[in-house]
Amino acid sequence: MQRALTVIHALGLMLAVFSIAYLIPIAVSLVYDDGTLIDFLMAMVWTAGTGFLLWLLTRRYKGELSIRHGYLLVVGMWTSMPAVATLPLLLMINGLSFTDAYFETMSGITTTGATTLSGLDFLPPAINLWRHELNWIGGMGIIVLAVAILPLLGVGGRQLFKAETPGPMKEAALTPRITETARNLWFVYASITLACILSLKWAGMDWLDAICHSFSTMGLGGFSTHDTSIGFYNSPRIEFVIIVFMLIAVINFSTHFLAWRGRSITVYRQDPEALATLGLILGSCVGIALFLWWQGVYTSYWTALRHASFNLVSIATSSGFTSQDYSLWPIFAPLWMMFLACTVASSGSTGGGIKMIRTLILFKQAGREFLKLLHPAAVNPMKIGGHLVPNNIVFSVLGFIFLYFMTVATLVFVLLISGMDFISAFSAVLACANNFGPGLGTVGPASNYSSLSDFQTWVCTFAMLVGRLEIFTVLILFTPHFWRR
Amino acid sequence: MKILILGAGQVGSTVAESLVGESNDITVVDTDSEKLRQLQDRLDLRTLTGNASHPSVLEKAGIADTDFLLAVTQSDEVNMVACKLAASLYNTPTRIARIRATDYLERREVFNEDNFCVDFSICPEQILTEYIAKLIEFPEALQVLEFSAKKVSLVAVRAVEGGPLVGRPLRFLRTDMPNIDTRVAAIFRQDRSINIGGDTVVEADDEVFFIAATEHIRDVLKELRRIDKPAKRIMIVGGGNIGRRLAKTLERDYQVKLIEHNKKSCATIAADLTNTLVINGDGTDEKLLLQEHVGEVDVFCALTNDDENNIMSALLAKQGGARKVIALINRSAYVGLLQGSQIDIALSPAQVTIGSLLAYVRQGDVAAVHSLRRGAAEALELVAHGDRKSSKVVGRRIDEIESPKGATIGAIVRSGKAIIAHHDTVIEAEDHIIVFVNDKSIVRKVEKLFQVSLGFF
Repeated sequence: MQRALTVIHALGLMLAVFSIAYLIPIAVSLVYDDGTLIDFLMAMVWTAGTGFLLWLLTRRYKGELSIRHGYLLVVGMWTSMPAVATLPLLLMINGLSFTDAYFETMSGITTTGATTLSGLDFLPPAINLWRHELNWIGGMGIIVLAVAILPLLGVGGRQLFKAETPGPMKEAALTPRITETARNLWFVYASITLACILSLKWAGMDWLDAICHSFSTMGLGGFSTHDTSIGFYNSPRIEFVIIVFMLIAVINFSTHFLAWRGRSITVYRQDPEALATLGLILGSCVGIALFLWWQGVYTSYWTALRHASFNLVSIATSSGFTSQDYSLWPIFAPLWMMFLACTVASSGSTGGGIKMIRTLILFKQAGREFLKLLHPAAVNPMKIGGHLVPNNIVFSVLGFIFLYFMTVATLVFVLLISGMDFISAFSAVLACANNFGPGLGTVGPASNYSSLSDFQTWVCTFAMLVGRLEIFTVLILFTPHFWRR
Repeated sequence: MKILILGAGQVGSTVAESLVGESNDITVVDTDSEKLRQLQDRLDLRTLTGNASHPSVLEKAGIADTDFLLAVTQSDEVNMVACKLAASLYNTPTRIARIRATDYLERREVFNEDNFCVDFSICPEQILTEYIAKLIEFPEALQVLEFSAKKVSLVAVRAVEGGPLVGRPLRFLRTDMPNIDTRVAAIFRQDRSINIGGDTVVEADDEVFFIAATEHIRDVLKELRRIDKPAKRIMIVGGGNIGRRLAKTLERDYQVKLIEHNKKSCATIAADLTNTLVINGDGTDEKLLLQEHVGEVDVFCALTNDDENNIMSALLAKQGGARKVIALINRSAYVGLLQGSQIDIALSPAQVTIGSLLAYVRQGDVAAVHSLRRGAAEALELVAHGDRKSSKVVGRRIDEIESPKGATIGAIVRSGKAIIAHHDTVIEAEDHIIVFVNDKSIVRKVEKLFQVSLGFF
């Protein structure tokens, strides 16, 4: 019990700090005078008040956070934050159930970008901005943000950081202090977002749309202010800008930071993940465009290339913007896009899925097995980009992949039991677990998740959380060992 | 000359042995008194036990009036500190250190006068690696030595039946290859040097030394034996300093397999190398060699630090069908024994590396020294200075120079261009001259020949 209270103490503080995030929609509602000011102020006061109260009541249990605390706190944070973030939605949108609102905020903060709302174009600007801001915060991570602005997490910060940051190898410290690392990552993230806002404004969006879409682009979230997503603009220039920034966001932000600090782009060449990620995505763009053109979906190769590139990059990077109803394309194309979404995002980026580094590790492991058969005495350590990967990491990656596939399979079965058709269930689970959003069938790009039953919605919500926190962090809470002393 | 050698290891003792003969006062310092005792038993020199970087030890060893400091202990750091102390406390004129770590070597400023005051750094492993790499590039050659920024090479090759020149007089070299200038410096027949002229007939099994511009080596080799296709598959036994460096040098251009028996070092080697297949096992294990297809190996290098193992695995490899086998052999007695046996090349690390050190110790302006034929002969690169008055070589045609018998002027490198020497070539000041000396006892005379007489100053 005492352990839970220590965690609640930290959680309270973080909720109170999180309430600062409401300042941006408050500012927007002041500018646009859209009548949401009171609601956001109330939400802010409630969030801050609840957090402060929890913190105050449990201050006797203030203590150092252990590894176990870390997992509990991270999961606690990632479940309670979407809960409080539903407040403005529930207050503003009539008839929205808590289930759908929680799905929406979870989708936002896990950067999935799936939505149950329709009529996005008519929502008050502040509400739309709030959804996008969740995308943005969730992209780099709440805990990373908390570590950056709350030095008092101290030693435990590193544990939390590891529990949240995606990727199998998290020992590479950019700076001696974890707080400093977190700050730098957020600084790089915010700087690139600013560049994205300016580029989108230049490409023809108004300021509000530019800000909203930059938030969801950099977080690789995929929320849009329009029901028809980016297809609304029908502008190659906007699509191009978004493609470029999605590709930036799908690369490890540590690499961006090193490039910025060293003022050189050679670090990208030394990052094996970045090369594989970009190579696979760009190669697929050309290939899928060729396929669509050959299949006669588009009569001109260049049109095919434009639409294939945008939608493929969007799904593969796990953003989830759409400009065309790709569920009408021959099934190979959307399935290939989803397959990419499972594998290509770099660790330490804002993307979802298995991550490129794990894909590379498993590829090399397969190669090692072949070599072992040919040369039984060969010594062949795993190396990625010239760096040694210890065997225990290889094993943990294998464990991760197993859990990943089991989770996907189990959740697909659960959705099938609940009465969903296979292609919808399968694509919905992939879309949620890999945080890319739109699936196929009833959850395809032309429709959204509002047709799901409450139970199915909760299953998808769980899939998003498990996917974003990379399975171990969430599932560990369900193991008996975790609770045993 | 007063010479202080720090470290009585492989390099230290060979250098001492070589320099003692040239009438120098030598002191050797090492922490291992047993090694020193053995050295003193054999050679006429002074020894001192102690840590080579401690000022008190250096003082006792007489650093105050030393002309030449040679720091070749196992530790780069000790060598560097010794050089620094010698420079700043005792004003020793010349300081040479053995430096292995590439980290230091990549930052040349570490060695300058503001830092560690190392005049010259040598890395025997690197020299040996480059030497072996050359042998792999020209698998037909017994020895390939480069002079003057790799412009000119001296190549030793065993003539084999089937080469166009074999069985014909040397003067056909010119008619066979009108566009290529080369000069045969010496021919050894049954281990004895023979007098050569245009009419000398090359016989099979002769050991021919020729000098040519580096890009022409392959063409000249073709004259003396049939050329097989270039080497591709390399097998190295022993992942020590040399094996590892060699694998790293070769792995981009060749298929390299490296066999090392220590499992732990295997792991570090494999982590360090990218394209080499590292195999954990014993190089003398016949089954392992067959399993790894030793029969298809073009060049097999046994480079462990155990002579007997090297000999055995090289013999096994040759028997298994390897095209050319090289064995690294420290004991000079073994080297002579094995030359011309089943083992194609018996390499003595000391002979290969000593030349780079000797160049600094020799009198006159010597740019490079290479030991040939297990130390019996030598090839020198000398720089001519002065004018017709002060020098015995400058301004003279080669047939006017009174060079001692046994010394052949092979080539001249003038402002970066290689000129193969003929009897009417005139030597100019600042020329680099490559001289082949087939008997080491006349090296002194050759050096004297190139020294500028006092009038020059």
